[in-house]
Amino acid sequence: MIRIHSPGLGASVQDLGRSGWRAIGVGSAGAMDARALRIANALLSNPETAAGIEFTLGGFEIEAETDCDICLAGPEAQVTVDGQRQPRWWVRTLRRGQRLRAGHARDGMRIYLAVGGGLDLPEVMGARATDLKGGFGGLEGRMLRAGDRLKALRPRLGASELGFGPSPRAFPDLWDAPQTPLRFIPGAEWDDHDADSQALFTGTDWTLSPQSNRIGYRLDGPVMTPRIRRELLSHGILPGTIQLPPSGQPVIQMLDANTAGGYPKLGAVIAADLPRLAQAPLGRALRFAPCSPAEARAAKAEEARMIDTLRRCTAPFREDRP
Amino acid sequence: MADHPLSISWLGEAALLAQTPGPMSLEVQRRVWTLERQLAPLPGVADTVLGVHSVLVMMTDDADPEALIARLHAFWSNATADPRPGRLIEVPVSYGGDTGPDLGPVADHHGLSPRALAERHAAGTYTVFALGSQPGFAYLGGLDPALATPRLDSPRLHVEAGSVVIGGAQAGVISCSSPSGWHIIGRTETVFFDPNRAEPALLAPGDRLRFVLQEVRP
Repeated sequence: MIRIHSPGLGASVQDLGRSGWRAIGVGSAGAMDARALRIANALLSNPETAAGIEFTLGGFEIEAETDCDICLAGPEAQVTVDGQRQPRWWVRTLRRGQRLRAGHARDGMRIYLAVGGGLDLPEVMGARATDLKGGFGGLEGRMLRAGDRLKALRPRLGASELGFGPSPRAFPDLWDAPQTPLRFIPGAEWDDHDADSQALFTGTDWTLSPQSNRIGYRLDGPVMTPRIRRELLSHGILPGTIQLPPSGQPVIQMLDANTAGGYPKLGAVIAADLPRLAQAPLGRALRFAPCSPAEARAAKAEEARMIDTLRRCTAPFREDRP
Repeated sequence: MADHPLSISWLGEAALLAQTPGPMSLEVQRRVWTLERQLAPLPGVADTVLGVHSVLVMMTDDADPEALIARLHAFWSNATADPRPGRLIEVPVSYGGDTGPDLGPVADHHGLSPRALAERHAAGTYTVFALGSQPGFAYLGGLDPALATPRLDSPRLHVEAGSVVIGGAQAGVISCSSPSGWHIIGRTETVFFDPNRAEPALLAPGDRLRFVLQEVRP
């Protein structure tokens, strides 16, 4: 049992989100940095669908009310357990009464806490992710509060205390995400922009507006003006969709976005780069580069292989434990 | 379908968006329903999401996008109107009062009395074109064009579920409490979305909706 003493700036239960309900207006929700949560679950030998806690920017404090195996994933946030530094991407046992505190993340936005077996919460419409708009899933369909208590499905992987994780030498990307441009696939209204306007999009150091959240990320930068202005009917959109409202400031739809929209679309950030966008700190320069669907699928497959490798490497820690 | 060409674009690496232009027409939407029904069972299609005059096709990792694009065009050129009758659903509405604060201003805008506006709104039969945006929200066709009203300049931050609304040329019912820039003319007790029901959304594309005037409050 994990008790939340302080949720920090905003914490919610998330998994990899819902699928199959977009046709009735229910979006995916789910971890903004799905890659980080998947890695933490892989290291704990949890199912891919296991739910954990997504914290925003750190500043949280939790306590183990019973022994529980955990893994923290995401950016560095000066995490301590009873005052001792706790590395990230590291599986350990929190003993009853131990407190875990996080400072503030500087190089990222979302920190994930995965627990043995995942969080013991009912699935609603096929997932445990919190749908804040619909007010369901997660814990009572809401953000976590001080005093909330959450149970792990399989709190201990074995009898002995755990302590293991991947090495920074073998998996350098976990410690230093590449600073290459975020790749996107040009969308329906990309060609409504002339070459200068397209070059403005790919040549600008955009910054994230403070009005960015789980619903959408707003980009601060120059105003983009299409050659053609269109009035579109409402159509399905997905996380990663880069819209250009009449204001000329691009908005990227994130995990809690509406399932439909009507603004013109410059394109969509590829699945493999969405976690990097989700972690981009406010004020950090962001660049975008077009890419092909084939390159995007290759990048996604490579990510899947990396997570699979981590899962296999840590399987022995599971297999010798009943 | 020469007057309604289908344009297909990528939406990320795992989805294709097939759209045909407006204005919003039930005749065109019936063909879109047919297109969606034919696509859904194809290999490589993970999910389909209807929009107004559009279908978003989500693909599996092993899909052949070029083959799907060819099928989309072929299906569309042969798509006939889907005659689905849908269900007729009656939605009792209390117009005006504190739960319909824009009834007066919208009536003024059209030079009608609040009761006349409510009666005209309740006289129509509306068709669900598609669901989307928020859980259980339906895009409805069939608003009397004379009742079209430009949206609020700045959206309200909190609009209660069950609010009966007009936004531009569209009618709707807010299905989950949320921000909205549409005019609130009344309130219904009908629940349009409940995640714990076997069918969480009340409405499906093709359903018809009638608003039943219960009362008009000042």
